[in-house]
Amino acid sequence: MTTTAELVTKGAFDLDWRKVARLGGLTALGLVFIALAGMPVGLDSRILIEKYLSLGYVSLLWLSLIMGWLMGKETLLEGMTATRKSSRDAVGGACVGALGGLGLAILGLLINTFDLRDPLVNWSPQTLDILTFGGGVGVVVVWIPICAALGAVGGALHLAPPKVAKATIAAILTVLMTAIFATFIVDVVSPLDFLYSKNRELKLGWALVLAAVAVGFVFSGGGQQLARVKADYHNTTGPAKTRQTAALIVVSAAVLIIIPQVAGKITQELMANIGIFLLLALGLNIVVGMAGILDLGYVAFFAVGGYTTAVLTSPNRGEDWPGWFPTLPWWGALMVTVVVASLVGLFIGAPVIRMRGDYLAIVTLGFGEIIRILFLSDWLNGYFNGAQGITNVPPADFGVFEVKGTDPRSVFYLVLVFAALSIYVSWRLEHSRLGRAWMAVREDESVAEAMGINTVNVKLAAFVVGAILASFSGAIFAAKVGSIFPTSFLILVSIIILVIVIVGGMGSILGVIAGSVVLVGILGGPKQPGLLQEFSQYKLLIYGALLVWMMLQRPEGLVPNVRRTRELHQDEFLQDAWLKGQVDTGEEEPAVEGGEVR
Amino acid sequence: MSDQKPILEFRDINTHYGAVHILKEVNLAIYPGEMVCLLGGNASGKSTTLKTLLGMVTPTSGEVVLDGEVVNDKPTSYRVERGITMVPENRRLFKRLSVLENLQLGAYLRTDKDGVERDLERIYSMFPRVKERLSQKAGTLSGGEQQMVAMGRALMADPRVLLMDEPSMGLAPSLVRTNFELIQQIHEEGIAIFMVEQNANMALSLADRGWVLQTGRVVLDDTADALLANPELRKSYLGEA
Ligand SMILES: Nc1ncnc2c1ncn2[C@@H]1O[C@H](COP(=O)(O)OP(=O)(O)OP(=O)(O)O)[C@@H](O)[C@H]1O
Ligand SMILES: [Mg+2]
Repeated sequence: MTTTAELVTKGAFDLDWRKVARLGGLTALGLVFIALAGMPVGLDSRILIEKYLSLGYVSLLWLSLIMGWLMGKETLLEGMTATRKSSRDAVGGACVGALGGLGLAILGLLINTFDLRDPLVNWSPQTLDILTFGGGVGVVVVWIPICAALGAVGGALHLAPPKVAKATIAAILTVLMTAIFATFIVDVVSPLDFLYSKNRELKLGWALVLAAVAVGFVFSGGGQQLARVKADYHNTTGPAKTRQTAALIVVSAAVLIIIPQVAGKITQELMANIGIFLLLALGLNIVVGMAGILDLGYVAFFAVGGYTTAVLTSPNRGEDWPGWFPTLPWWGALMVTVVVASLVGLFIGAPVIRMRGDYLAIVTLGFGEIIRILFLSDWLNGYFNGAQGITNVPPADFGVFEVKGTDPRSVFYLVLVFAALSIYVSWRLEHSRLGRAWMAVREDESVAEAMGINTVNVKLAAFVVGAILASFSGAIFAAKVGSIFPTSFLILVSIIILVIVIVGGMGSILGVIAGSVVLVGILGGPKQPGLLQEFSQYKLLIYGALLVWMMLQRPEGLVPNVRRTRELHQDEFLQDAWLKGQVDTGEEEPAVEGGEVR
Repeated sequence: MSDQKPILEFRDINTHYGAVHILKEVNLAIYPGEMVCLLGGNASGKSTTLKTLLGMVTPTSGEVVLDGEVVNDKPTSYRVERGITMVPENRRLFKRLSVLENLQLGAYLRTDKDGVERDLERIYSMFPRVKERLSQKAGTLSGGEQQMVAMGRALMADPRVLLMDEPSMGLAPSLVRTNFELIQQIHEEGIAIFMVEQNANMALSLADRGWVLQTGRVVLDDTADALLANPELRKSYLGEA
């Protein structure tokens, strides 16, 4: 945004010291928290660059860089004076970093002096060891210059020419990503093996080459070309756009079909897990995102899908089922599962749906637990085997091919079919009369009623559609895992799916896809490992941090639903419009005169 | 008017919210094509009357009659289908939906696609401004524009009776007049209007008949002219000493 703000030059040490203290304090707190959460020690064994850098150290290094950058960032508003970018930014960043480093140094000294190991598990010699690089206690002070240097680099990004700044960021990210996702990269493209040592540690030489490539890419204008292609796509309309979208869908489908063929088991497994959670998230997106019903017990339908399929297909289903009770092939069981899930959806939905907002959230939370506890209970032990669960769920047999857990590729293809179906259904629903009714109910229930919408039925419909999608997921899950236990359906599943929907962007189908890929693919599902296996014990911490950051910075989600963006960022829109001199704040309306109305 | 049958009627209606008695023995009738208004102070039960007419509140005793049929236990959708529509208090647009979606939702229960298309065109010609802003989010419209969309949304249901809850509330004084002209225009198309208003003077000058509600009881029921001339009413509602 270009403004007419007046540029002033300030001396290198003419800093906003309060901001320095605030950001520096935050950096120090953050670093101490990370250290005491055990990341440096826990992640130290994961070497990113052979002999030089472990993930443990990265967990301590990144923060200063970002905080240093934030130090130099200014929000410019019309009429404010702006500061000319100068070495002052680097100095500010360095000060922020130094404060952060000071925090770590003090932590090191304290660990050396006091013993707080009892409440704080990571108040340990190992942590100290990492902080001192294996040297004497005094060495902790080197964190001050290290963090200061990183902060200075972060701040200096503001004064570097944009291309240099971009190239630096691209280089750092390329190297880090290549190193962190080593297992995955080799799994997909095995010839890339040569980049890494035996233990999948990136070789220093190749790290430098990759950095150079990234820099070269930025300087050759590659980034701009990508941006241009994207902008072109956004600006096309009409039939041309439809054609391009269709082409995009065909290409993505082809890529999705080909990847599991060339990639290894890890990738196949990962894609299968993403798909299973994507199905769940698509269903919840209809319930929460479109119809605005905050269902915190969504896992119940996943459980019903899983158990119904297991009961109908497994020989180990519990002894109390009557003799006539059928054993079906997977696809036959699926039909029954869908019916059962709809009925359970109606059964749970009917009493719950009349409640509003918070009450509904709490009650659904309860139902989610009740369903799991029923499956676990002694009372129904003869049907569902309680904690032992139902084992020996046979693979889904389609004649030409079998879908089973040991062959994650087959699971993925099955999931892909269902996901494609669900995406199509979601998309059609969004633009249907029912979809419009859902949105009306979400926006203002009593007015929706006044329009003649039967709000109870419409909300029940959302509940049932959501239940059906979740039951698909449960059925596939049963065939994949081969056994079903109550512990697969903890409340955590509901929460993770909800986070996917929120982080992706409520009500946005693309957002839900992005959310599933990012959260389940990278961080992992409740029990399923993601790409960042090392982080699995910090998964919830990261989920939580992501959610908070998201609510503060991007409440509309990763891939927002256009509808919501406007509302949530209205102030910024108005500000922009005002700066461009096209004031239309929508408050005053001088222009409506009788003549116009007639 | 009395040669025709009323479209909508209250017969000895009582309503309660929990234990609180709101409407007390209320009798009303709305005839085809007329314009009537309901006056009354704050919390006298005006909005409740509208909600009861539309079926969003169920009376505890008495009969709501639509085209001669008692519809007490019929849902709102039944009444909307038969031509009763409301412009709610404060307009209450679906703020995050586009103007077009708001209008389409007004026609939610209609199945005659051609008729809906035609009514959309009619609303565009009535409110050219609305047509310019079809894809804009309703919440970002100005107050005057929102009023037009709210009326447009109600008209999309192709109503015979339009219930309006304080249509001039929250509008700039300069817009109030325009707004009443609009209502007049809709009325001239043959749609009966049942208007709840605080702006008694303006409402009575347009209406054929009116009622005055006081703590849930109808205390005056007369022609608009008679009400305008009523000294008591002048004192309490028209701000005369
Ligand atoms: N849902 C409800 N639950 C309980 N009490 C209600 C409810 N809705 C309205 N009331 C009460 O009923 C009484 C009449 O309300 P109503 O909205 O009909 O008044 P009104 O005449 O429209 O007033 P105003 O001119 O302020 O809009 C008020 O005392 C109000 O508090
Ligand atoms: Mg009212």
